[in-house]
Amino acid sequence: MTTIVSILHVILALAMSPLLIGVINRVKAGFAGRQGQPLFQPYFDLAKLLRKGAVYSRTTTWIFRAAPVVGLAGAMVAVVLVPLGGLPGLLAFPGDLVVLAYVLGTTRFMTVLAALDTGSAFEGMGASREVQFSLLAEPVLLLSLAALGVCTRSLALSDIYAGLFAGGAGGVAATAAMVAAALLLVLLAENARIPVDDPNTHLELTMIHEVMVLDHGGVDLACIQYGAGVKLWVFSALLVGAAAPCRTGVAFADLALGVGGVFAVAVVVGVVESCMARLRLVRVPQMLVVGGVLAIAALLWALR
Amino acid sequence: MDVLSDMLVMLLVLTNLRLLSSSRIGACIHTVAIQGVLLGAIALAVSPATLSIKLVALTLATVAVKAVLLPWLLRRAVRGAGVSREVEPIVGFTASTIVGALLLGLCFLISRPLQASAPAGIGKTLIPGAMFTTLSGLFLIVSRRKALTQVLGYLTMENGVYVFGASLAVREPLLVELGILLDVFVGVFVMGIVIYQINREFDHIDTDRLSVLKD
Repeated sequence: MTTIVSILHVILALAMSPLLIGVINRVKAGFAGRQGQPLFQPYFDLAKLLRKGAVYSRTTTWIFRAAPVVGLAGAMVAVVLVPLGGLPGLLAFPGDLVVLAYVLGTTRFMTVLAALDTGSAFEGMGASREVQFSLLAEPVLLLSLAALGVCTRSLALSDIYAGLFAGGAGGVAATAAMVAAALLLVLLAENARIPVDDPNTHLELTMIHEVMVLDHGGVDLACIQYGAGVKLWVFSALLVGAAAPCRTGVAFADLALGVGGVFAVAVVVGVVESCMARLRLVRVPQMLVVGGVLAIAALLWALR
Repeated sequence: MDVLSDMLVMLLVLTNLRLLSSSRIGACIHTVAIQGVLLGAIALAVSPATLSIKLVALTLATVAVKAVLLPWLLRRAVRGAGVSREVEPIVGFTASTIVGALLLGLCFLISRPLQASAPAGIGKTLIPGAMFTTLSGLFLIVSRRKALTQVLGYLTMENGVYVFGASLAVREPLLVELGILLDVFVGVFVMGIVIYQINREFDHIDTDRLSVLKD
């Protein structure tokens, strides 16, 4: 029964993750007083990109062609590992939180390599920034998950999230709240959302993630954009599990609640993007350090 | 009650981290005011089940002084001095935040023995939280240059001491509590006037530049 629901979660995640981007765009449009693009525009974009061919520079090697596929594969592995709310992930074993962090790390590594492979100084600059910020974001993710792990005395993500609020929400409320705040900061940084990076700019010297994928086109770009959506789903699921103590015990109800929570996270991201300006580049590390300190405080709270 | 005080102490710790990481003096004053409200809430949350009128009145007086009166005085001093930002502190803001995390760890570590002798039912985070508030106030005093931020550090330190008293359920006589409150009030009052005078005399409120005395 639980396995069926877990499989259903993976299918839903793969089917609906572009919709998350659509929801974010609609929220932003609403705040700006525009009607905005259709909710399903990301799907149309993907369909358009899939019909196109790609042009490869002679400078590039096989790494450039492999990176989008590895990126998408990594995001898919992550979605198999990640639990949604109290629902276990499809694959669960002790230590899978480290696997999750480093599967995501591998996809980033490949994107960075591909960016360097193009031989463009502009993309190299983006790669340098991406690595600098992920260096700070990764410990925050691991420390947050470690704090939750200490709370539940387990190392498997699914056990952690299933057991987190099992003994009543009271004892872990402070830890979970701080972890949720830290995870929100990681989500914004890792998915290149606004306080860190602006997903809409394409010609600015200040952007981070978008600059690395400038040379990709056609199917490769579709892989990258779809992978970005799936990655956003993974982080949202992690955040929902820590932020919302709703566990009904009925698997299908939990699934519905979890999916609703993921879309609520998308709305929150849209609101944050509408209300905040992008931080100056030198301020981004400070924001991530604050996230790290929150995670450390949560860990200390759990260890008390 | 335990969950409530746990959440309140968490908020207290977060206000301290905000004080350590923010460069805007206005925001810092606001944070100290929030801290004043939290103090009152914590004192009521950890007190024994029976709320006496004296306790409630004292808490209300504390909140009124720490969350309304002192921030108002400090805002006036900010307007008078025309300084809105702490520029170039001795320890940078990112470094201060990291130091804050280390201090928090230290507080959890050294409060273990104290925890054993603490009265039962105050939760395991209250004593480290109080210590952290005191230490981060102290750190603010030594790591910032502007006299105003140092006054904020002094206030934070005093807040920590207050939570410590509340957590150990040490109830001083009414007169002593009022005396402490008056002390802090007069202290900040005098500091506000001194800041104004320093600013008028030297056109800045950087305390490290005051150490070079001229006649």
